[in-house]
Amino acid sequence: MTQISRDDVQHLAQLSSLQLSDDELDGLQTDIAAILDYVDQLGELDTTGVESTYQVTDLENVWRDDAVIDSKVSREELLALSPDALEHQVKVPKVL
Amino acid sequence: MSHIKTIIDNITSGASSARKEVERALEKATENEQYHALLSVTRERALQRANDIDARIARGEEAGALAGVPFVAKDNFLAFGAPTTAASKMLEKFETPIQSTAIEKLEAAGAICIGKANLDAFAHGGSTENSAFGPTKNAFDTTKVAGGSSGGSAVVTALDIVPFALGSDTGGSIRQPASFNGVVGVKPTYGTVSRYGVVAMASSTDTIGCFTKDSEDAELVMSIMAGRDIRDMTTLPDFFTPERVAKPHQKIGIVKEFMSDGVDSEVRQRVEEYIEKLRTAGHTVEEISMPIVKYALAMYYIIVPAEISSNLARYDGIRYGHRAEAKWSLAELYGRTRDEGFVTENKRRIMIGSYVLSSGYFDAYYLQAQKARTLLVNAYNELFESYDALIGPVSPTPAFGLGENTADPVKMYLADIMTVPPSLAGLPALSVPAGVTATGLPIGVQLIGKRKSDASLLALARSMEEK
Repeated sequence: MTQISRDDVQHLAQLSSLQLSDDELDGLQTDIAAILDYVDQLGELDTTGVESTYQVTDLENVWRDDAVIDSKVSREELLALSPDALEHQVKVPKVL
Repeated sequence: MSHIKTIIDNITSGASSARKEVERALEKATENEQYHALLSVTRERALQRANDIDARIARGEEAGALAGVPFVAKDNFLAFGAPTTAASKMLEKFETPIQSTAIEKLEAAGAICIGKANLDAFAHGGSTENSAFGPTKNAFDTTKVAGGSSGGSAVVTALDIVPFALGSDTGGSIRQPASFNGVVGVKPTYGTVSRYGVVAMASSTDTIGCFTKDSEDAELVMSIMAGRDIRDMTTLPDFFTPERVAKPHQKIGIVKEFMSDGVDSEVRQRVEEYIEKLRTAGHTVEEISMPIVKYALAMYYIIVPAEISSNLARYDGIRYGHRAEAKWSLAELYGRTRDEGFVTENKRRIMIGSYVLSSGYFDAYYLQAQKARTLLVNAYNELFESYDALIGPVSPTPAFGLGENTADPVKMYLADIMTVPPSLAGLPALSVPAGVTATGLPIGVQLIGKRKSDASLLALARSMEEK
């Protein structure tokens, strides 16, 4: 059984920008251990000298002209999607 | 059941109109609300478009190959007229300023989107129970799941609300719900249809496809959606050309690993009956072995969460979507926003992704999975040197009960064990109806072909429908 500690789960949540409740962390600790336990079987496969497959299209270097394409979406429309915008800027809490 | 071809004929002959078809679809949507297949209807826009199309037809203008045909899109397709929620609190109120390429192409052909279908939030799941707005019920038995993640799209097609619906399939999200609801489901070759404007899940296996009542309709919808799009650089140069007649005397392989005792006996029976029909039609069906396939689900649940953790990093509450209250810092805003905006399954996959990509684990998990994926792709390539297609079940069981698998994520993942392998290799695969269980639940058969053989697979499926 894959061991994954409470601290590990807390660390993963932090890496994932998730602020979770204690209850949810408990559940995820169990689930993640079970999922890792299942995927661990891949270790049985001998992949020595095998290349990775990151994509399956066989396409390489797909070029397009360096031309401006009008998206027909205005800056105002995009800013209106933000939960908090002011004077053509998106407002966020202080960073530092 | 109304087929696309029938609707087009009726509109052309004047027996029906775009307006009548859209009104009928909207009425049926209201009658079937208890299934919770739709998250929204785009009534106003749909009726407006129907009027425009009827006016064009009245003036004798070209109105498109799908003029007046209503459809539903999974709610992870950006579409005008209603929010695009991805069945999440994160995007609950998100109104898109652009439409997906797939919908733009269908609209240009005269089709009319009448609503948005329920899904597992962000398409993470195999039952539509992970929707932040409640599950969709199976079209044949309301105590059973719709399948997922495109459960709503399958159910609106099965209930005959619309003749076709759009879905996305990353590891089985079209094929499995199609199987559970007795409709045709198409997951095309990776790169066939542009994903521009569709909420990204796992970019190396995400595909766009459709649900229809038969293979002929599926071919029509796919031929309109397919094609190169400068906005999705993974789209393949145009290759999809409908094939009227199936190639005779095909050699078809049945993967024996997917016909084991672990598979429901009625599912195996229906698949065997379909195989008999193929043989009667003059095709050869032989048992083959593909040992690597038993590792495919493990590869999938490393690679896909890794891509999810990356793709879902964009939901930060800053530029669009939900934003939580945060008093102190930006980190707190991110953390709370993502806690409130995602369902548990989203968090589970994001965290697994963070784990397998972490330094110290990357080689053992992510890299090993991508290498194993090469072995899987090679095994398929080798088989397709001798075989025209592969056949097997879509899922090990018919639709399971609502709530039956929700407590055990690994058990839920196992429902994808037969649909995931072709996804990892980018192959086209269909789910075609193959009868029902003794209790009346539909069962689907999966047909898999080599890359870009989509039209041949559809022709084969169609030739069997005529039997």
